[in-house]
Amino acid sequence: MTGALLETFDVTRSFAVGAGIFSQKQMLKAVNGVSLRVNKGDVLGLVGESGCGKSTLALMLLGLLPASSGSILFDGKPVSHLPRLELARRIQPIFQDPYSSLNPRKSIGDIISLPLRVHGASTAAERQRKVDEIMELVGLPQRYITNYPSQLSGGQRQRVAIARALIMRPEIVICDEPTSALDVSVQSQILNLLMDLRQELGLTYILISHNLAIVEHIATRVSVMYLGRIVEEKETEALFRRAEHPYTQALLASVLTPEPGLGIPDAQLGVEFPNPMDPPAGCTFHPRCPHAAVVCSRKAPRPVPRGTAGFTECHIYDEAESVSFKSAAA
Amino acid sequence: MSALLEVKNLNVDIPLAAGILHPVQDLTFSVDKGQTLCIVGESGCGKSLTSLALMDLLPKKAVRTGTSILFDGEDLLKKSDRQMADLRGNRVGMIFQEPMTSLNPSFTIGNQMEEMMLRHRRVSRNEARERATYLLQKVGIVGAERRLKQYPHQLSGGLRQRVMIAMTLMCGPDLIIADEPTTALDVTIQAQILLLLAELQREFGMALILITHDLGIVARVADRLAVMYAGQIVEQGNVEDVFGEPLHPYTRGLLSCIPVPGKTERGAHLGSIPGIVPSMIGDIEGCHFRDRCPHAWMDCAKGGVDLRALDQLRAYRCLMSPSDSVARATELEMAE
Repeated sequence: MTGALLETFDVTRSFAVGAGIFSQKQMLKAVNGVSLRVNKGDVLGLVGESGCGKSTLALMLLGLLPASSGSILFDGKPVSHLPRLELARRIQPIFQDPYSSLNPRKSIGDIISLPLRVHGASTAAERQRKVDEIMELVGLPQRYITNYPSQLSGGQRQRVAIARALIMRPEIVICDEPTSALDVSVQSQILNLLMDLRQELGLTYILISHNLAIVEHIATRVSVMYLGRIVEEKETEALFRRAEHPYTQALLASVLTPEPGLGIPDAQLGVEFPNPMDPPAGCTFHPRCPHAAVVCSRKAPRPVPRGTAGFTECHIYDEAESVSFKSAAA
Repeated sequence: MSALLEVKNLNVDIPLAAGILHPVQDLTFSVDKGQTLCIVGESGCGKSLTSLALMDLLPKKAVRTGTSILFDGEDLLKKSDRQMADLRGNRVGMIFQEPMTSLNPSFTIGNQMEEMMLRHRRVSRNEARERATYLLQKVGIVGAERRLKQYPHQLSGGLRQRVMIAMTLMCGPDLIIADEPTTALDVTIQAQILLLLAELQREFGMALILITHDLGIVARVADRLAVMYAGQIVEQGNVEDVFGEPLHPYTRGLLSCIPVPGKTERGAHLGSIPGIVPSMIGDIEGCHFRDRCPHAWMDCAKGGVDLRALDQLRAYRCLMSPSDSVARATELEMAE
């Protein structure tokens, strides 16, 4: 098991919700048995619809939320046992909304240098030098150092968030929808910056996004999540060339690329997203799946290895169940 | 095809402490019956205010001026508040981005849908309920009768947007103005909603003005598009023409920013538009885009740049001739 920087084994996270005077507590399994492996230098794209558990998973990877069960290993050690500061130094997040993730009362210089002060290992002069250095690296003009977030545009704020995340030189950066709140022209600048920084600093990214075009563009591996589980994971090229899980196929079919004349795709998914409090029996995707057979509503599928280092969690590709599907897999 | 909506020289001015804001300037466009026009642009370009201006829903201090807004031959600029209220929700439907904020949380879906028809048509509540049930089925909602008794918070985002669409159809409008109708939704739901809109549009022969920032949506949905930048239309035309050969540097910039699977090399640098949008307070001298334009020169800073019409549909706001514009773009591409 060399090379794996971050690994999870069967991680689950449940929340108790809906406890009222007359109603019983219900358990919501936001993340339900996720095993993944991020190697050094990877860009792992985590895609899925809202409510599929991708942000909950991110919080657990950051050590901000304990897992209900399962284990998360960072560099071979359980995340829950690592000192808080060490973890914060080595894994950093970049969040979606640069308007709410920056303290409006602090100057840009204070925001970026805060991690240095928290970790306490530097003098004022050294902090200043590091802040200057990182600002240059993320393309922020020095004159902004005394400005406040409200004086900056969305793209510049996201650069501040990136500078703050990178100042301690972390090994992994978890980007949760880093460009969704930005305009397209700014989005491309931030994506270019993230790609450059990865080259220069040898970073490993976990990129959470619902924008498949972006994921295809910069990820090296892609995990597709549906209702708390990873239903398909592959190398980016393999996944986009031949998506196997019916959900991945539907997701890919729904992407509207800027090509006129192609019309609006019909992914053939039902209207209703299932209630995560009461997930469907068997394969959780079966009520929306165009290929669903009887077995799908009875038995949960297991991950079927596909290609090199990839899997699809679907009965269609499971030899043991292949009798039920004659044509679907073709 | 005749024009259902013809907008000529529409302006919106908003007096602020710092000066007069000009969020919409000299807008001229038209939409034919049954057609889809997409207005595309980044945040702050004035696309949403344009839709509000058309329907006279601007904030109180905003001032709307222009030559005319002809809707089916009648000038909306000359209508009274009462006449506009009769039009809205009746012949012109509107769909907004966040269905949760445009539906009233304290009334049932059914109540709100029926209200729409009771306000504009002489029908009984039962007849209105029948129409609401029919339309909910039409927009793909299973168990329509049950849904009518529910409140907005009991529905998912996708369902709420379907309800909004059904609601705008209550009076059989000729035109629907949809402002970012799918931005709050997941990609799979987005495709479903857009498909639904297109089908309903065909079935009922409605025209659609769709306001969006997403060029993917524009490419797949629009017949025509208008690209807005800093309050002005900088390019308009048929969608194939504009995507095939964009003439304004801003349109080209926008298109280069998004990766196209199979065309953009994976991991390669994406195009970008350096700089930021100019402030629209006070008058901007010259071309609005010149500070960010790779081709700008001295003349771009002088006077206003007019929209140049190439034919009935195609127009762009740039000093370069079409052939110059294309040649310069190719040159720039080669240099990179």
